Amino acid sequence: MRRPRAETRWAYVFLLPWLIGLVVFQAGPMVASLVLSFTDYDLIDSPRFAGLGNYAKMAQDPKVARAVGNTVLYTLSHVPLAIVLALALALVLNRVTGRAAGVFRTIFYLPSMTPYVAVGVLFLFLLNGQAGMVNQFLGLFGVQGPQWTTDPDWVLPGIVLMSLWNLGSTTIILFAALRNVPKELTEAAMIDGAGPWQRLRAVTLPMISSALFFVVIINTITSLQMFDQVYTMFFGNQIAQQSYGDAALFYVVYLFQQGFQFLHMGYASALAWLLFAVIAVITLVQVRVGRRLVYYEAEEHAG
Amino acid sequence: MTAVDHRAAAVAAPAETGGPAADTAGRGTRKVFFYTILAASSAVFLYPFVWLVVASLKPRDRTFADPFLPWPRPFAPQNYLAAWDAAPVLSWLVNSLVVGVAAAATVTLSSAFVAFGFAYFRFPGRNLLFGSVLATMMLPAVVTLVPTYLIWNGLGLTGTQVPLWAGNVFGSAFYIFLLRQFLLGVPRYVFEAARVDGASYFDLFWRIALPLSRPALIIAFVFELKASWFDLMRPLIYLQDPALFTLPRGLKAIVDQFYQGGDPKWEIVLAASVVTTLPLVVVFFLGQRYFVQGIATTGRRG
Repeated sequence: MRRPRAETRWAYVFLLPWLIGLVVFQAGPMVASLVLSFTDYDLIDSPRFAGLGNYAKMAQDPKVARAVGNTVLYTLSHVPLAIVLALALALVLNRVTGRAAGVFRTIFYLPSMTPYVAVGVLFLFLLNGQAGMVNQFLGLFGVQGPQWTTDPDWVLPGIVLMSLWNLGSTTIILFAALRNVPKELTEAAMIDGAGPWQRLRAVTLPMISSALFFVVIINTITSLQMFDQVYTMFFGNQIAQQSYGDAALFYVVYLFQQGFQFLHMGYASALAWLLFAVIAVITLVQVRVGRRLVYYEAEEHAG
Repeated sequence: MTAVDHRAAAVAAPAETGGPAADTAGRGTRKVFFYTILAASSAVFLYPFVWLVVASLKPRDRTFADPFLPWPRPFAPQNYLAAWDAAPVLSWLVNSLVVGVAAAATVTLSSAFVAFGFAYFRFPGRNLLFGSVLATMMLPAVVTLVPTYLIWNGLGLTGTQVPLWAGNVFGSAFYIFLLRQFLLGVPRYVFEAARVDGASYFDLFWRIALPLSRPALIIAFVFELKASWFDLMRPLIYLQDPALFTLPRGLKAIVDQFYQGGDPKWEIVLAASVVTTLPLVVVFFLGQRYFVQGIATTGRRG
């Protein structure tokens, strides 16, 4: 009886850093954030209780509505496009063999190694309405490209276009899943007379459904938190912020402005909690629906 | 099969497949088709890099000229000296390196330490606690942004680089998960044998678990190095003194100052962007297989 108890004590010695971090940097701040969301706090005076004031303000704040609208519209555009394109790339990668697939995979992933600030800067140039490469390319086909970075109607499509440069991780995950699909299955379907499209729909997609579902969720959660590229391109510079209004106002950008530029810490906390609630729901859906809809291989999570 | 059959099958190949025979016949054409798609996609993914590097080496009035010419004309490497004169780019590079290595080293070591605790010991409450690790993996950092700022502010550490990495000494859920999975693959008798020989638990961790989990440690290190190198929001929040800026924060300052206005200095913006990007690309080529393995096995967006 003595040895297990000593072992338990030792176990907690090893878990101690995590437990401290959990309390000080996760659970504590979560609760603090919730409490702060019911107060007005500007960092100078001590927090003043405001009841549901911040949440009521959020419901009426036209900027919140705009930020939510932009973020949701971006997410609904980025996620399906990104998944379909990444899946197409992964399917094609899966058809070429060995070394070549590795080289292409590296190339596809390379944009993901570009820090988001640099991505934002790069696309300020590429999407430049007068002389950017994108519009010069469209010009080759006689198309007059839009003012991607200044026309409020074209800011969001420009951001979506930029986001599609970054398909590397999604492609790698889907490609890895495709490689685990047993060849016998597709071959059997082929012998039964199934065409490529049928094989994709009836065999391949169900076999990689868990990976597909996963990348949908991850891309959704990431999209909802979009900040770096957009902030780099459209915020922080007074001159830049004129013509397109709030067309580039994303949810986390607004949260950041409220918290750290206007020092509305209570309001920012309320905004953070709404985002957290949405992401928590999406995560729950992932766990629940994922379990029901997704075909899991028996030995998939062995290691 | 006749030559005509071959040709007919090849033409039909991308659209439909009649059976194994037709499949073999269409293979050559289809290969060409696939390689064409891959090459075209590669061009789309690579060319923005090429444009960035080329534009950074051209004089300002030529920045947007000849966008499809893949080399600088005229050649203006002095842009990099101009960037150097305009801003402390080299200090920012050093800052990014110091913060990145500190963040990656601390999180790797502490996460391995905790992961060993979860993988080796059997104790009451283990599953519940490991559940807490999994639960925090999905927690968006934005939710704790304000209180975390208040903590560092209370400690008087805002305005320093400490908040950019010090939280990592407590480990991070994702890496704990990764390293624990890895350590579970180590046969238990390896540890038990060392115990019989009188090794302490710290010995087990330091002399057995750490060396054996080297590939997973490298994955954790390169992922965190990348995450730290990317980080814009925390430097925006915590750093005011430009001398302490990391590269992304510095690049943001350069964009704000030089991209727009009456006298834009695009060559400086572009040169600074290259300096911000290039070190990570080098790291990627050195540790490529760890990135690919890490993303493919854990599903984390790299």
